[in-house]
Amino acid sequence: MIQVRNLIKEFEGRIVLNDITTSFKKGAVNMIIGKSGSGKTVFLKCLIGLIQPSSGEIRYEGRNITEMRAREVKRLRRDMGMLFQGSALFDSKTVLENVMFPLDMFSRKNQRERKKRAEFCLERVNLSHAADLYPSEISGGMMKRAAIARAIALNPRYLFCDEPNSGLDPKTSQLIDELISDITADFGITSIVVSHDMNSVMNIGDNIIFLNEGILEWQGSRDRIMDAKNEKLNEFVFASELFKKIKVADSIISESNASEQQDG
Amino acid sequence: MCTLIPDVMSIVSSLESIGEYVELMRRVMAPPDRAREFFKEFSKEVYKLGVNSIWLVMIISFFIGAVIVMQIAINVASPLLPRFTVGVVSREIILLEFSSTIMCLILSGKVGSNIASEIGTMRVTEQIDALDIMGVNSANYLIMPKVSAFVFFMPVLVALSMFLGLFGGYIICLFTGTPPVSTYIYGIQFFFRESFVWTSIVKSMIYGFIIASVSAYFGYRVKGGSLEVGKASTDSVVINNILILAADLVFTQLVMG
Repeated sequence: MIQVRNLIKEFEGRIVLNDITTSFKKGAVNMIIGKSGSGKTVFLKCLIGLIQPSSGEIRYEGRNITEMRAREVKRLRRDMGMLFQGSALFDSKTVLENVMFPLDMFSRKNQRERKKRAEFCLERVNLSHAADLYPSEISGGMMKRAAIARAIALNPRYLFCDEPNSGLDPKTSQLIDELISDITADFGITSIVVSHDMNSVMNIGDNIIFLNEGILEWQGSRDRIMDAKNEKLNEFVFASELFKKIKVADSIISESNASEQQDG
Repeated sequence: MCTLIPDVMSIVSSLESIGEYVELMRRVMAPPDRAREFFKEFSKEVYKLGVNSIWLVMIISFFIGAVIVMQIAINVASPLLPRFTVGVVSREIILLEFSSTIMCLILSGKVGSNIASEIGTMRVTEQIDALDIMGVNSANYLIMPKVSAFVFFMPVLVALSMFLGLFGGYIICLFTGTPPVSTYIYGIQFFFRESFVWTSIVKSMIYGFIIASVSAYFGYRVKGGSLEVGKASTDSVVINNILILAADLVFTQLVMG
């Protein structure tokens, strides 16, 4: 369980995260959503310890990461997998070598077992055929899948994803979403996904946190997001024409249901 | 007063940079997470930074050696000086300054910019963040193999440069006869001090450390995009050149003075 208490982050006097208190559901897909510049990525980077918060607590199973020594943070990070916005695969290594890298660095298994594990992870993301290719030779969607395979190689307890769908077509986005959701369920991982894509939110979001100008405005499940009474959340969700139409269709259906009930 | 403020700011910024460099080097010098991975990267870097520089060193050393002998032969045409002086002076220039200092200035352009741009690109594409998230000491993993490989291979490049510089002079003597080959060979052997070769090798290893570590520092601290990577690469070459020249001045005074 990850718990955040009174988290504040300032950059040169400008408050980017303002007193955030929340918790992330264990073994579920937690999504942090919000407009560009709302502080989502800074929040994610605080969670993984890449940015030191100005004040507040981030507790992993009760242990506060902001007070840990460098060695403890390093140990905790071996329980984390991260999917970066641009995939961040190592250019000089093949896809298989990229997936093997965390195993080569930290696993006590022998070379054959490490390779077997890497091949299993690649198979899990349907990328076995691209094992010997370099990142420059594969598509954006394949890069994301390779990065997911690398992130799960060491069996992490937490998976962090920064805008996993950026730059991908809708079909590939859906594939990546499903992959994150399946992996979360199959391996019992706690996933935290930063996104501004409402399709992703509705596809896989179990627990949704909405940030607006560094403030946590709303938190709840995807079933409640369409009926939420938060004005800023509604502005964000219904900025898309598709979701506006869904809302209109929903209200028409519920009105006709109500009139049918009255007639009945 | 107003003109003093920017100067104070630049001094503070320089001191901050020195502090950051020292802190980075502290992380670089930590024991590697995995020795096996370190040696794998080390051997790759020996090839990339060292072996791939051999052709550049060979070509430049040969031609500059030839030009040094030609210039000295033309400018030291005094009846008061013996002709083997050309060989003596060429040898001293090549052994003491050209093969170590000048060659390192040239290599800082090739190797330094390569290191700064490679690490800078890794920074802006979040590859360094990815290493940190995995719990890898990214500074040690990325920089240590480069620094140690370049320092390790430097004596080979310097020895090659010395040999080819003197050989370039030999070829000039062979074709022009000024001075005759036998006089040139007598000159390069005359009052030869082996310690000059070792001094030059030690100097070049220090410069190799400066080139690799300073360039890595500039790459590692890049923030932004491709423009900043380009700027880091250029800045690293400029600062490397200044530091190598300053170190040469100090080293020459300490050892030869």
